[in-house]
Order: sequence, then structure tokens, then C-alpha cells
Amino acid sequence: MGILEVKNVGKRFGGLQALSDVNLSVKENSVHAIIGPNGAGKSTLLNCLVGKLIPDTGSVMFDGQSVLGRAPYEINQMGISRVFQTPEIFGDLTVMENMLIPIFAKRDGAFRMHAIEAVSSETGINEQAEKMLEEMNMVDKRHMNAAALSRGDKRRLEIGMCLSQEPRLLLLDEPTAGMARADTNNTIDLLKQISDERDITIAIIEHDMHVVFSLANRITVLAQGTPLVEDDPENIRGNPKVREAYLGESA
Amino acid sequence: MDAILLQILNGLDKGSAYALIALGLTLIFGTLGVVNFAHGALFMIGAFCAVTLQRIFKLSFETLDPTQKDFLGNPLKVKTPYVESWFGPEMGAAIIDWSVPLAILFSIPIMLAIGYIMERGLIKHFYKRPHADQILVTFGLAIVLQEIIKAVYGANPIPTPAPEVFRGSFDFGVMLGFDPNAIIYPYWRMVYFAFAAVIIGAVFAFLQFTTFGMVVRAGMADRETVGLLGINIDRRFTIMFGIAAAVAGLAGVMYAPINSPNYHMGMDFLVLSFVVVVVGGMGSLPGAVLAGFMLGILEAFASMNEVKSILPGIDQIIIYLVAIIIILTRPRGLMGRKGVMED
Amino acid sequence: MLGLNKKDTTLLLVVMALALFAPFILNPFPEGSSLAQMFNAGYPDLMQRFVIYGILVIGFNILFGLTGYLSFGHAAFLGIGSYSAVWVFKLIGMNVIPAILLSMVMAGIFALLIGYISLRRSGIYFSILTLAFAQMSYNLAYSVLGNPASNYNLTNGETGLQLLLDDPRILGVSSVDGSLPVTSFFGLAMRDSYQLEIGSWLFTFNVGYYLCAIIMLISFYISIRIFRSPFGMMLRAVKSNQQRMNYTGLNTKPYLLAAFVISGIYAGLAGGLLSSMDPLAGAERMHWTASGEIVIMAILGGVGTLIGPILGAGFNEYFKNILSKINDDVLHAWLAFLPDGLENFFVGIMHYFVGKGWHLTLGLLFMLVIIFLPGGLVEGGQRLMKWFSRKDKNATETKTTPAE
Ligand SMILES: Nc1ncnc2c1ncn2[C@@H]1O[C@H](COP(=O)(O)OP(=O)(O)OP(=O)(O)O)[C@@H](O)[C@H]1O
Ligand SMILES: [Mg+2]
Repeated sequence: MGILEVKNVGKRFGGLQALSDVNLSVKENSVHAIIGPNGAGKSTLLNCLVGKLIPDTGSVMFDGQSVLGRAPYEINQMGISRVFQTPEIFGDLTVMENMLIPIFAKRDGAFRMHAIEAVSSETGINEQAEKMLEEMNMVDKRHMNAAALSRGDKRRLEIGMCLSQEPRLLLLDEPTAGMARADTNNTIDLLKQISDERDITIAIIEHDMHVVFSLANRITVLAQGTPLVEDDPENIRGNPKVREAYLGESA
Repeated sequence: MDAILLQILNGLDKGSAYALIALGLTLIFGTLGVVNFAHGALFMIGAFCAVTLQRIFKLSFETLDPTQKDFLGNPLKVKTPYVESWFGPEMGAAIIDWSVPLAILFSIPIMLAIGYIMERGLIKHFYKRPHADQILVTFGLAIVLQEIIKAVYGANPIPTPAPEVFRGSFDFGVMLGFDPNAIIYPYWRMVYFAFAAVIIGAVFAFLQFTTFGMVVRAGMADRETVGLLGINIDRRFTIMFGIAAAVAGLAGVMYAPINSPNYHMGMDFLVLSFVVVVVGGMGSLPGAVLAGFMLGILEAFASMNEVKSILPGIDQIIIYLVAIIIILTRPRGLMGRKGVMED
Repeated sequence: MLGLNKKDTTLLLVVMALALFAPFILNPFPEGSSLAQMFNAGYPDLMQRFVIYGILVIGFNILFGLTGYLSFGHAAFLGIGSYSAVWVFKLIGMNVIPAILLSMVMAGIFALLIGYISLRRSGIYFSILTLAFAQMSYNLAYSVLGNPASNYNLTNGETGLQLLLDDPRILGVSSVDGSLPVTSFFGLAMRDSYQLEIGSWLFTFNVGYYLCAIIMLISFYISIRIFRSPFGMMLRAVKSNQQRMNYTGLNTKPYLLAAFVISGIYAGLAGGLLSSMDPLAGAERMHWTASGEIVIMAILGGVGTLIGPILGAGFNEYFKNILSKINDDVLHAWLAFLPDGLENFFVGIMHYFVGKGWHLTLGLLFMLVIIFLPGGLVEGGQRLMKWFSRKDKNATETKTTPAE
């Protein structure tokens, strides 16, 4: 049993069957990559995992519990954090505040509101955020407005924000899309370090094969809404079906 | 039966005004993506165009008429409007009498110019700002425009009668076989409804059958792509803004005989028109028209005594109630397109 | 102090000093002088309005400033607060405390209902929902609920809700020597004033003003605490990026609703105080343009800042007061140094902007602020400071260069 079990998931948009019969099992503490040509349904699948979309059929189990029908914030509280394709951070707030918010959110959830005590009086949480900033190498930028960060820094901040909640499953949608080579390599190193040092499972959608093969220890190929193969990286490389899916797309 | 017909008729003229104002609002929103709180002020300015023209026509000079004496035995001062002295007394009187319809011609260039200045001078700079800023700056403009009108024309409503021939009422009841006086309807309201229908038809035809209209419609659907095609969409949008202003202005001109123009009529109609736009679906032209008439008629029904005795006050809130229900259950409105300001 | 950091403590102390010494600060000119007639603002009713509208805008800012949700119907809560307070004066007694408490409770209940529904949408739809609710309240207050002939005359329509000699006032008296009793704080009448004469200066210390000022200071203090709390930070995060917030495990709805209710209670409190100072409540207080004025005050001062609402409310009320006092005679007196033709010309133009035309001036000012100074007076002040400090630097730099 994997930590994330996707069974027979199907999703239709009007006349388009975006996902059909998707089965996927992500093992605990692995790095699982989902690849496939444009429009294969990767983002749709991811949206089904985090509560943005509700699949028409099938089930999605996380750690033995169904995530279907739960709101995104509830799913996050179960231990799934999501990194977006374009960094989603709180641009008007400082880097430090960006780091504090997920920690407060994890602690307070929906109905506990602390409206009187100052943020600065919560020493424990401030220390946690501080530590995370250190880990992300951003201590010197703590007072900057997050909107002013470079793209690579924004991505790092977002990953840090997700990690600060100590999720059990981290989902990334094309985290290096549009990045320069150097930034891409930094992100690879960061993710590698995260998966090595932490008790965390990572599922990553990626087009860049360099990233995929540097990180993944399991790969699912999605084409036209269905998984084509699921295998170890070595076997995927030489698989004729995979080549066909990609070549067929580009031909 | 006759009561129902009467209410439908009663709803038509208010509905026409709602529809015309909402049409312009939604046109501006759909093309420019701007929420224009000053649109009610344009309606009001239109009404004051009618007032102004009537005043201009009535400009008079004074002469002493030795044949008539006032009560002190002095020669009586007689005022003669210039138009009467220029065109002869009969023609002149007719011109004064017809000043409201004539104000249509008078108001079109004025409204187009106001629309043009507003868009180029102010709105243009707010395309990229948040909707809240657009609302606020146009709200400020609405206040300024209304205060200018108040400063010039005073705070009291100014009666602006329709031409003599339209002042009576028509007895629909007799025509349809009901009792006399069961369904009477002022002629001018019929004129107003017909006028609104013509304007609405003209706007739709213009958008449907001219290349200009086609580009604008494409721009409403997808602004970026049309921009990429190298079509100067901004200029067309400016013109569109002028047209929307003219439609609101014309709605105001013709409304002057129905409700004596006052400086706050714009603000009064604005909120309701917004509600109409939202109910119809932001950015949907047919939606605005449909919702305008629908809400006008609904309001008329709610003000029937039979309804009011069961639900007191319902006439005061029915439009808002419908709007709240629509926004909550169908954020796209009756006919709104997908993805326009949803969530 | 009081759990605030140094900067906020200073701010609070400054506001406290301004509020407590307002009778001096606002009356800088000797009594009876022409400048005093024009610029003195230390009259009880005006000072009361300064602080009461300050409370209103401080509350509005907790919603709009922190979350970015633009309510165009906040005047409804002001109106509900006003009516509630007058009802307490009619039925219970003339002590202002129960009246104010009921105002807050009623406004809070309505805010909970209206907020719960309106917050299901965001952006312009939220604005229109609040607008629709407020207009509904206004229309009802004006018509059915205000029809003196009906059984549920809650608002007394156009005339406005007012005290009558035969009101029960079960804990007080219906009338005092044949006239209406006055509102009081445990016997201390709101309209009582102590006047201090120093030379030709006259300063008025009004009981009602000081009650409002103290309540304003408490409200301001609470708003500082909210701004600095995790709750406030979460609200700012919602404004910045709601999408991220949803995927960060926070259910934003209860937070937004709490902010809405808090700001509704502030508005109700302001309404209750208005009625406590002058027990008369009319429907026009709820009209949507009144809601617009709240927005205007917030923007003038600086949305999302702590001090902005107080500046905005004060500025708006002060200039309204001055502008409406300037008439043609005053203009002629000011411009007497000009040749007659020019004098008349300028007076003719300025005529439209002062006196009864003050709306026009404030409307124009509001537009200018939105266009050029979206951060309001606070941003204006910051820009000036920056400009001066840069000038200073330039000055020192030019001075040091020759030395090298
Ligand atoms: N909300 C939606 N409504 C309608 N169609 C949608 C929606 N979301 C996605 N689609 C369609 O579903 C298909 C799968 O989209 P998806 O975004 O999941 O692909 P993808 O694998 O992530 O592609 P890419 O690599 O380009 O990101 C596409 O054809 C897309 O147009
Ligand atoms: Mg994708």
C-alpha cells in the first residue's frame, strides 16, 4: 500500500475525457514523477488530489483516508502540500511573514483565531519560521517584500512554506518550468536534499527529463488521460511506448 | 387579467430605462473591463440636456406692449422667446413644445464628447488597476458630476413636459374589451418603450452587422488575441465608451418627461442598473436587456396592493432580493458568459 | 506598553494626546476673531463627529484594509446602531451604556447574517451584495418599517426616530418638567460642558466628547492589537493571495466573517454614539451614498494603515465644516486685495466649491487621491518625508564634496 492510492479516477470536461481509469500508487518516502505530453491530464490529476476538482469516478486515498469531497484546506491539513507552477506566495507580505503564515495556519486551522496577542509574542512559531528561512538560505531577505524576490527565490520560499507545515506528501506541478539552468539545478539540489533528509513523499509533474531523472525513483507516464506505464527510471528511458507517446505528440 | 396587463405595461417604461442604462454599463464592462459607477451620472446628464434645450428655446426678450396694461396702468411687459420671433409664433411654440424629442439630436454630440473625454482622460488610466479602484474613482466622478449639475440647476426637480400631443393617456382596456379606464397608459411611456426598443435594436445591429461591431465583440470575448492581430482595439473601445455614454444619455433625455430631472436621479438609477447588470450576467448584452425588463416588470407587480398586503414592503426590496438570489445561485447571471469575474 | 511594540505605543500615545487635548488643539484662535469663526473646530458636536466617524472608519478599515473586501453597505450597520440606541432611550432609560451595548449587539447580529451571505462571493459581487443588503435596509426603514400608521413602525420613516414625552423609559422618567430627559452616563449629561477661559481664548470640554474620545481610543487600541495579531496577518494574507491561503490549510471563510462582524460592530458602536449624542435616527444614515462616504474617508486617510482612518475621518469632517462655512462674503473679504473685476471673477468661480458646494470639492479631492495617491494622506506624508530626507542628504553631500 502506498501513501497515496488513486483508483480508477475519471474526469470529464464537457466533451473531453481529460482523465480515464487512472490508477496510481505512490510509495511512502519515494519521489514519484508524473510525466506526459502537453494536455495529457497531469495538472487535472493533481487538481483532483488537492480538492480543486472532484473526479467523476474513482477514489483517491491518502494514508487510508479518502480525500474526495474535502475542501483544499482540509486536504492540506491531512498532510498534503502543493507547490504551484507559477510560485504562489503572499507578495504584499514580507518573507518572514510568508513563512509564519503556514505555521500559524497549521496550528490554528479554521476556527481558532488569535486576534489579540501579537505575532511577535509567539516565540515558538517565530523560531520555527526562522529555522526554515535558514534552511532555505533566505535569512538575509526576511524583511523584503516577497513580491520583490527573484523567481528562483520565490520558488524556494514557496517550497519552504510548504515544508514548514511538515507535510507527508509534497506535490509539485512543473516546479522548474521557465527557469534558467542554474535555478533549475538549484531546485533539483534543494528537492534532493529535502527528500534525503526528511520523512516526506514527493510527487512531481515535470517536462524537463533532466529534472525527472535526477530526482525520481518511480515514474508514471500519462498520455491522453490514462497511465501508459509505471516503472523505475531505468526502464522508462528505453520504453518504446513512452517514446511513441512523446514522438506521436510531436510528430 | 386587466390588472396583470396594466402591471406589465407599468413595468415596461422603468424596465426600458434599466435596460438602456444596463446595456451601456455591461458594454463598458465587457469591452473595457471597467466597472463604471459614473454611468448613472451620464443618464442624469442626458436628462439635463433636455432641460437645457428647453431653457434655451425659452430664452426670451422683453418688449413693452402698449395695447395691454398691467394693474398699475403701465404698458405690460411681454416676454417673447427668440425662437418665436425668428420662426414665427406658431413654429416657435411648436419648437418649444417639442424640445424633449429635439434634445435627442442636441444630446448625442454632447454625450459622445463627454464619453470620449471620460475614457481618454480618466478611465484609460484605470484599466490595469484593481476593480475596487475603478469603482472608487468613478464613484468620485459621479459625485463631482452630480454636484456640478446641482450647482448649475439647483436641487429641485425641474418639470420638463413632453410635447402636447403625447400628454394624454391611451385606454388599452377599451381596445382589448375591458372596462374603460381599466388599463390606461400615458402616450409618452409608450413612446419611451418604443424608443428604447429602437435604441437597443440599433446597438445590437451595430455590433452584429458592422466590422467595427465584429471587432468589438471579438474583443469582448478575448481582448488579448484581438490586440495581437494588430487591430487598434483601444481606439475602438474608446468609441464604444462614447456610444455607451450616448445610450445612457438618450435614455435620460427621453426619461425627463416621466420623472422631472433632479441631480440625484443618476445615483438612484445607478444601483438598480448595477443590479440589473449582475442579474443579466456581467458583460452580457442580451442579459442586460432581458434583466432590465424583467426586473422592471417584477417591480411593478410587487407594487400591486394585492401583493403588498400579503408581503408588506416587498415592492421596496424585490429587485435586491432577486439580485441576491441570482448572485448566490448563478454567479454568471441569467446569460453571462463563463469565466467573466467568476468566483 | 499594553502589549504593543515601541512604534505602536508611540502612535497610540500621540493619538491619545490629540484626542484628549482636542479642545485646545482645535481652537487655536481667540474666541470671536474672524479666524476663529472660520477655522476653530473645538465645538462639542463637531469634535464628537470627529471621533465617532473615526471609530466607524477604524472598523471599516479592519475589513477593507486587511482583507481587501470592499463593502459598499456599511452605512446599514451605522443606521441599525443608531435606531437601536434610540429605542433603548425610548423604552429603557437615558443612560448611554445600555444603548451603546445594544447598538453593538444588533449591528453584530445583522453583520453576521449579511456577512455570512455576502462573503460567499468576492470581488465586485461582494460589493454589490453588500450594497443590495444596505439598500434593502434603507428602503424598508423608509417605507414599511417607518410607516407611523402600521404596527411595526420601527424607524418612523422620513421624520426619523425620536424621543417622545410619553415614551415609557421603564428605568428612567418619561419627561422632566414637561420636556424630554437628556442622555447621560450615570447621571453625567452628555451635553454638559465645562468652559475654560484663558485670556480671549475659550475652550469647551464636553462630557459627550470625552466619552466618545475614550471609546475611540479603546477602539483604536483594539484595532492595533488586531493588526499585529496572527489573525490580522492571516487577513492580510487572504488579501494578498487567497488561492495560496486555501492550499495552506486555512479555511478563510470564518476569518473573513469575523473581520466583517468586527467591523460591523464598530459601525454599530459609531451609530449608537451618534444617537447618544443626539437621540434622533434617520434612514438617510443608511443610504448607499452614506456607505460611499465611509469608503471615501477610509481612502482619504490611507487604507490598511493604522492611523489612516482617523486622519481620513478627521480631514473629511474638518474640511466639510470649513468649506461649508465659506460663503461669498468671506471670499470677497479674502480676495479684497485684487482689482474688482478679478475679485468678482475668482469669487464667481470659487463660489461653486465652497458653502453648499463643499461636496464638489471633496469629490474632486477624493478623485485626485485615488488617481495620484492611492495610499491616501498617509502615503502623502511618507512621500513628503522621503522627499525631505533626500533633500537633506543632497544638501549634506554637496557640503561634503568640496572638503574632499
Ligand atoms: N477546467 C477545465 N475545463 C475544460 N477543459 C479543461 C479544464 N482543465 C483542463 N482541461 C483540458 O483537459 C486536458 C488536460 O489538461 P491538463 O492541464 O491536465 O494537461 P497537462 O498534462 O497538465 O498539460 P501541460 O503539460 O500542458 O500542463 C486539456 O485538453 C485541457 O484543455
Ligand atoms: Mg499542466
